[in-house]
Amino acid sequence: MGKVSVRFFARYAELAGCTSSAVNVPTPATVADVIARIREVFPGTQALPPKPLAALNLRQVKLDQLVSDGDEVALLPPLSGG
Amino acid sequence: MVYLTRHRIEVHDLLAEVQGPERGGTCVFLGTVRNDEDVTGIEYSAYDDMALGEITRILDEAQVRWPDARVTLRHRLGLIPLGEASIAIAAAAPHRDAAFAACRYVIEEVKKRLPIWKKEMHADGTTTWVDPSRPHPLTPSPLGGEGGRMGS
Repeated sequence: MGKVSVRFFARYAELAGCTSSAVNVPTPATVADVIARIREVFPGTQALPPKPLAALNLRQVKLDQLVSDGDEVALLPPLSGG
Repeated sequence: MVYLTRHRIEVHDLLAEVQGPERGGTCVFLGTVRNDEDVTGIEYSAYDDMALGEITRILDEAQVRWPDARVTLRHRLGLIPLGEASIAIAAAAPHRDAAFAACRYVIEEVKKRLPIWKKEMHADGTTTWVDPSRPHPLTPSPLGGEGGRMGS
């Protein structure tokens, strides 16, 4: 079992009801597994797209990326900087 | 370097960082909040730590592509009123071609890569999260870029 920090931003933070938290996932686990767990823990996030943008430890990654205990996964709404 | 700020962007600060006697061409890009529909301002928020990492990488990439150029940027966060800049990029190079190219490269990469989001504030008190993946209802663009809700 690994504990992963999770971060939510912008509209996704409104859906989750918070900006940061943590979830436990059986390891080995991928970012997709973390997102599946997030959907269970934060019911509002069931409205997220099937494959949201995600970052692992501050870098955007594909959802099949493996996570480790202590990692930080962030769910990113469509980027609109500039 | 303070790339993210909650204060008004001062262009002369950026110019001071990039200009020099060996660089004869300077290009400045400003992205400002525009009055789409009944927008009165835009609230910008960011994943600060990731944004700072991406900005550093983007500027490093520009430095590799245009070794004689100097490029910097500021992105403002928080509530920005109409007409004020949300982003400024300054690029200086020995000649104008590299200055324009480096400046253009940085703003395009910023648009694609920075984890920053904007929420439009409307005159009636409502708010809208901007989603560039959705076409703008008033100014559709076949390219999905300029003319969409890309702000600057």
